[in-house]
Amino acid sequence: MEREPRTDVAPGRLSPEAYAAGFSDLHPGFEPNAARVEAERCLFCYDAPCATACPTSIDIPLFIREIAKGQPKAAAKTILDANIMGAMCARVCPTETLCEEVCVRHFSDGAPVKIGQLQRYATDALFDAGAQPFTRAEATGRRIAVVGAGPAGLACAHALARAGHEVTIFEAREKPGGLNEYGIAAYKAAGGIAQREVDFILSLGGIVLKTGVALGRDFYLETLRAEYDAVFLGLGLGAVNALGLDREEGAEDAIDYIAALRQAEDLSALPVGRRVVVVGGGMTAVDVAVQAKRLGADEVTIVYRRGEKEMGASGYEQELALTEGVAIRHYARPVAVESGRAIFERTQIVDGRLAGSGETFDIPCDQLFKAIGQALDPSGVETIDLLGGRIKVDDERRTSIPNVWAGGDCVHDGEDLTVVAVEDGKRAAASIIAALVGPGRFGT
Amino acid sequence: MADLRTTFAGIRSPNPFWLASAPPTDKAYNVVRAFKEGWGGVVWKTLGEDPPVMNVSGPRYGALHSADRRVIGFNNIELITDRPLQLNLDEIKQVKRDWPDRAIVVSLMVPCEEQSWIAILKRVEETGADGVELNLGCPHGMSERGMGSAVGQVPDYVEMVTRWCKQHTRMPVIVKLTPNVADIRPPAMAAARAGADAISLINTINSIIGVDLDMMAPLPHTRGVGTHGGYCGPAVKPISLNMVAEIARTPETAHVPLSGIGGIEGWRDAAEYIALGCGNVQVCTAAMIYGFKVVKEMISGLSEWMDAKGYATIDDFSGRAIPKVTDWRHLDLGYAVKARIDQSLCIKCGRCHVACEDVSHQAITREVNGVRHYEVIDEECVGCNLCASLCPVENCIEMVPLAVGDVDVRTGRTIIEEPLPWDRHPANPMARVAAE
Ligand SMILES: Cc1cc2nc3c(=O)[nH]c(=O)nc-3n(C[C@H](O)[C@H](O)[C@H](O)COP(=O)(O)OP(=O)(O)OC[C@H]3O[C@@H](n4cnc5c(N)ncnc54)[C@H](O)[C@@H]3O)c2cc1C
Ligand SMILES: Cc1cc2nc3c(=O)[nH]c(=O)nc-3n(C[C@H](O)[C@H](O)[C@H](O)COP(=O)(O)O)c2cc1C
Ligand code: SF4
Ligand code: SF4
Ligand code: SF4
Repeated sequence: MEREPRTDVAPGRLSPEAYAAGFSDLHPGFEPNAARVEAERCLFCYDAPCATACPTSIDIPLFIREIAKGQPKAAAKTILDANIMGAMCARVCPTETLCEEVCVRHFSDGAPVKIGQLQRYATDALFDAGAQPFTRAEATGRRIAVVGAGPAGLACAHALARAGHEVTIFEAREKPGGLNEYGIAAYKAAGGIAQREVDFILSLGGIVLKTGVALGRDFYLETLRAEYDAVFLGLGLGAVNALGLDREEGAEDAIDYIAALRQAEDLSALPVGRRVVVVGGGMTAVDVAVQAKRLGADEVTIVYRRGEKEMGASGYEQELALTEGVAIRHYARPVAVESGRAIFERTQIVDGRLAGSGETFDIPCDQLFKAIGQALDPSGVETIDLLGGRIKVDDERRTSIPNVWAGGDCVHDGEDLTVVAVEDGKRAAASIIAALVGPGRFGT
Repeated sequence: MADLRTTFAGIRSPNPFWLASAPPTDKAYNVVRAFKEGWGGVVWKTLGEDPPVMNVSGPRYGALHSADRRVIGFNNIELITDRPLQLNLDEIKQVKRDWPDRAIVVSLMVPCEEQSWIAILKRVEETGADGVELNLGCPHGMSERGMGSAVGQVPDYVEMVTRWCKQHTRMPVIVKLTPNVADIRPPAMAAARAGADAISLINTINSIIGVDLDMMAPLPHTRGVGTHGGYCGPAVKPISLNMVAEIARTPETAHVPLSGIGGIEGWRDAAEYIALGCGNVQVCTAAMIYGFKVVKEMISGLSEWMDAKGYATIDDFSGRAIPKVTDWRHLDLGYAVKARIDQSLCIKCGRCHVACEDVSHQAITREVNGVRHYEVIDEECVGCNLCASLCPVENCIEMVPLAVGDVDVRTGRTIIEEPLPWDRHPANPMARVAAE
């Protein structure tokens, strides 16, 4: 997009050291002694609430005890058995609203066991050792197509390959990993963890990955259904919501910008505005705001149309933004993006509904990001029933079309989180396995 | 303010906290540092005959750690002092002269021959030390040479050596016992018969502290092989408390002053020993792990507690718990308690449930109305105390006694005033009802 020179959007605002510092690990991993001390805080609860709160039902007390007793690789196996993306989830899960929120240590000590950090410690130990704890069951001769190499697709493929099936993954992008590779904030996925994890998953064997091929463009659902015993769709959300303004040209898509950032070889080549405004209230808004700040933006403001409580970003994420020096303004929506400024209208809740107040204000702005959510791109899946704009599935992740399963962000059910996508892939795989070979045979 | 001064076996000290014969009391330098921190007395590291023994130069200590790497058990393969006898005696004399208000007792271990004991007692007397302690307990190394626990395990030898010492010195004689015996009473009675002025216990317990799984050798090891050592520290306190209580409630030994040793880390441990009949206590491991300053907490804590309880002196509560130590057969089988969970303290870890469910009496709920909730089912609870012992929250689970007249809903029995011990219990076919 051609930018007008009136605004100050420039690369190379920082020293090489500052780039390196800003995009290294948000929380460095535990040293062994810190891990042991933290692991010992776990009470080994029965019916542990943390495990219940984990969307993938990781046996948290067990893996923490394995760390405490000095066997982090055994802990990693316990984790990966339930969640093959345990390494990534350890870094990106909003633990403060999942497992750690319900840890009983809150009530005895005022602070939960740092489950996410311990999970990372264990999975790092396994990856560092280059160990592969899983083997494949006897070959079944069944072939399954998985579309999309994001968390949902990869989790599904891994479980199917473990059960002895042959899996082919079709991925539109050049690299596998989905949003782990293109979307997650850089400081949460430092050290190339997304690709290390994909390599680990594929190293099991039985999974063929084809990249650069898109459903609906290069191949079609009906052909897959004819050629494979089952199909799993893990498409994510390809389309971006529009702001719906008259003049929207100045607005950049946060997801595209983050993808460019994640793929940049040299962060100092990436232009960033001096004064940045982000429209939205979710995780993406916080991520683009914090990363813009770390790229050297002077002022970054998140503007959200509702209040603090309604924000999709967790309290922890909001706090992260604030400590980074990002300003958050509530109850305002954009009406126009102009040269050097963005114009907002204050909003209010009238009879429970959001309404404009007519009163407007300006925020100086060189670069405006929209982070107001994504939507399913329906191309290639036009024949499937949708619900609320996403693919409709049942509990087992079966779609309205026989032999087609779906999971992750592209389905109507569940939060848009990496861990939820993994669980969907896992559940669909169990359902596919049961459908193909009967329940129980390869179920474990 | 409580008066912590004690006179033990005729030896005065400003407080009941002595350092046990061990590395903390190995030489003047350590002992002076200890006195500066406030220790009431020391039992000097055990002296032997010249030439002095040699210690291994491989590791001589090993530890059992708790989850947070606190030392809860400690073991050693160290021998008695490895310094020349005269050097020790000179230092003892000097320190006693410089610190006249503190107790200095000298621990001794020489071969089981009367002449050896006579010789060393003479030389100790010249130092002006307050007394001697006979090391009849060291369980490793020295015992292979016929000393230490090799003597302490044979009551006749205990009696013989004690008699020699009582005969050849006017200094008070404290006999330090080994716990490596099936029954602590025979050696204690032997010491009493021979006229010991006091008994101290325990010395260390035979142990292997762990196994090196890479070397496939016991820990600690020297050139790949190891030997059993002596175990001490907090983990041994229960063993020692029982032995102290046994001696304190046995008529033949009840009159002998006791110095309690084993796992004392703080004031409460000391108070427990004293309650079971000790006149003072000795400490080794806690000083080795934390340094001499620990005595400050022992002193302040004990006097706070004594003030709160209204005990003016150590004698006021020494031995108060002895009458409550009895045999199992005298316990009242008609008494019953029920666990009760304080829901406002419960953090819902669920461990009481799984413990009672898996190994006890299935008496704690797992959920109520579909929610995780832990409540005791009185119909099943036998009052065993397992749940209260494991609950991570202090005082969250209380064992509540049923009152006289209450019905135990588990057994249907009404609690009665009259105690019902086993020897009078209707379920006992041999009940000696008439005998009482
Ligand atoms: C900026 C951002 C930050 C986030 N941060 C977090 C976080 O911190 N923690 C967290 O838990 N979650 C986070 N999420 C959400 C999380 O990334 C997603 O929920 C998760 O990646 C969903 O996995 P998925 O497999 O369903 O979809 P995706 O990860 O989107 O993967 C879908 C894959 O399918 C491919 N694909 C799409 N269409 C086609 C087609 N037609 N043919 C072939 N391939 C196709 C895509 O290229 C992609 O590789 C974030 C999301 C964003 C956007
Ligand atoms: C390293 C070490 C050396 C010891 N040496 C002696 C000794 O020479 N003479 C002796 O009577 N007891 C010796 N002991 C035993 C202690 O005096 C004491 O009886 C025992 O450690 C129990 O007390 P504690 O639990 O406070 O350590 C030694 C103990 C240790 C740990
Ligand atoms: S809730 Fe907390 S203490 Fe309990 S098992 Fe989970 S992590 Fe451990
Ligand atoms: S062990 Fe204690 S804290 Fe845990 S559930 Fe039981 S009563 Fe509650
Ligand atoms: S006291 Fe024993 S039987 Fe009663 S609830 Fe506790 S563990 Fe169960």
